[in-house]
Amino acid sequence: MQTLINLKDIVKTYQIGTVEVQALRGVDILIHSNEYISIMGPSGSGKSTLMNIIGCLDTPTSGIYELEGELVHTMDDNKLAEVRNRKVGFVFQTFNLLPRATALHNVELPLIYSGISAAKRKVIAEDAIEKVGLTDRMHHRPSELSGGQRQRVAIARALVNNPSLILADEPTGNLDSTTGKEIMAIFDDLHNAGNTIILITHEKIVADHADRIVHILDGHIAEDIQVKNN
Amino acid sequence: MNFDEGLKLAWQTAISNKLRTFLTTLGIVIGVMSVIGMMSIINALERHMINALSAVGGDIFWVQKYPAVQMGHLPREIRMRKDLKFKHAEAIRKRATYIEAVSGESATYGKQIKYRDEATNPNILVYGGDEHWAEVNGRYISEGRFFTSEEIHRKEYVIILGNDIVEKLFPFSYPIDEYIKINGIRFKVIGLIEPQGKLLGGSRDNLVTIPYTTFTKAFGQKRSIAIAVKARRGQMAEAMDQITGILRVARKVPPGQPNDFEVITQDSIMDTLKQFTGFIFIAAVVICGISLLVGGIGIMNIMLVAVTERTREIGIRKAVGAKKRHILNQFLTESIGICLFGGLIGVILGVVIGVLIAAALKLPPTIPLWSVFLGVGFSLMIGLIFGVYPAMKAARLNPIEALRYE
Ligand SMILES: Nc1ncnc2c1ncn2[C@@H]1O[C@H](COP(=O)(O)OP(=O)(O)O)[C@@H](O)[C@H]1O
Ligand SMILES: [Mg+2]
Repeated sequence: MQTLINLKDIVKTYQIGTVEVQALRGVDILIHSNEYISIMGPSGSGKSTLMNIIGCLDTPTSGIYELEGELVHTMDDNKLAEVRNRKVGFVFQTFNLLPRATALHNVELPLIYSGISAAKRKVIAEDAIEKVGLTDRMHHRPSELSGGQRQRVAIARALVNNPSLILADEPTGNLDSTTGKEIMAIFDDLHNAGNTIILITHEKIVADHADRIVHILDGHIAEDIQVKNN
Repeated sequence: MNFDEGLKLAWQTAISNKLRTFLTTLGIVIGVMSVIGMMSIINALERHMINALSAVGGDIFWVQKYPAVQMGHLPREIRMRKDLKFKHAEAIRKRATYIEAVSGESATYGKQIKYRDEATNPNILVYGGDEHWAEVNGRYISEGRFFTSEEIHRKEYVIILGNDIVEKLFPFSYPIDEYIKINGIRFKVIGLIEPQGKLLGGSRDNLVTIPYTTFTKAFGQKRSIAIAVKARRGQMAEAMDQITGILRVARKVPPGQPNDFEVITQDSIMDTLKQFTGFIFIAAVVICGISLLVGGIGIMNIMLVAVTERTREIGIRKAVGAKKRHILNQFLTESIGICLFGGLIGVILGVVIGVLIAAALKLPPTIPLWSVFLGVGFSLMIGLIFGVYPAMKAARLNPIEALRYE
């Protein structure tokens, strides 16, 4: 198995005025390619902070982060943007789609920033939309789509650049349980197709889709269990 | 992301908020519109003045009591000047050696000319001149002849007609040797003046000329005359010096005192015009500058609002890999696009205004191309200058904070 992510003693401290909030207090974790990991923990335990650091949206206050052999914690903003563009696909609880753009254009967005030509973009994006089963809705705007459909668009956008890992922060948090199941089925499919998936949730049923469950408590990894073997 | 995608995005933003875009661009629209409108007026004025002067000929200058154009009040010493009289023109004719011809002229405006039952409008310009009048005024006799020095001496009632009068009173008959009446006085038509067309919307052909002696007899000599001089070829400066000397002696100006008359050349007329158009030009630049500044501040304001409104969008774009320069370019393109849009509307309105004003002044419309480029260039620059700060603000946003923004 190939090492994808190596976090060593990651600390993240937020400064609010004179008060320091320690969101992460020394996290060590090793993640391999094609793993399917759930991160669980109570609200405020630092799950999102960890995901943002793994996804290169944020940088740790201290510690070492290695992604596919590259040292992320030393990168500048431009390099981080490039890594996000090529190696990471995000799925958020609140979908985070551009409201005025069609589903297709939303999915094309990462490709725009990797400098792919308009014609090629369209083909690749349509392909990704097909994977999440939304071909008939690709010219609709987010406001014309249901919550589940919006999350499918977001998933298509996350995988359109063929990233090394897909990060999902409570992807079913804003969905009813039936729709949530449909979304989780898509993640299962993506994992079976060879993608590395890290998903944050506080629901046990959602977490159980993964092969490995990591529990976070108060900025620490409290538990890290391999529940299935693949 | 390339430029035309950026423009497309800018366009979408602009039309999704039409009223706001319109209000934002108003300053730019007005600025560009006024600069193009004013420049076309200046351009038209100058070109027509040049045309008019070149019709007269290069060796001609004039002497008159007052300056050609005076902005503001005339000073007392100018208002107190003695009138110029035909005897002064006579003095020049006797003594000046550097000139080809000189003609004093008196003029009265607003006369009506009658022929049988027909009459012109009461707007005819009546000149009293001497036998060199046509020559020094750059006029040609197309039919008949000009009056002679004998006719001047005998104060005869002979008249030369301009083309407007001919068209009005003699549409189907030959005017030479016919008799017309001004103020009930009979004049015999002996010649016709070749038409010159219009200048600044006014006709240059609604005039008649009679001998100055007859003019004095018929209309009195209350006004100061003007003296038109045609210098010998290439001796303009010498002629001007000489005539200044002759007039100072004739008018008994003590040495050391300034002239009590004005020598006006075509250059000095052009200078005066340039002074005037320069004044309009400065006004145009100031108006344009103020509107563009206001427009620029409006753009900056609206772009700052746009950045705030679209903080989340910026976060999303950054999350999927947009670099600082991508965001910077996006917002710069948008502000430039809005300004360009306003600039183009301004160009269209400016051209329309230029054409309308030219039509009102009865001038052929002349829109200087450089003013169009200037207008568009300025709006581009405003978009760039006033768009940089908001765009930098957008580019510098922290992706996580931007994503969290409600
Ligand atoms: N930008 C921030 N500024 C200040 N404190 C923050 C910020 N982001 C997160 N925190 C704090 O860090 C801790 C962890 O937050 P987070 O990672 O969002 O938790 P979770 O996703 O597990 O609910 C919380 O106490 C939260 O208040
Ligand atoms: Mg969270």
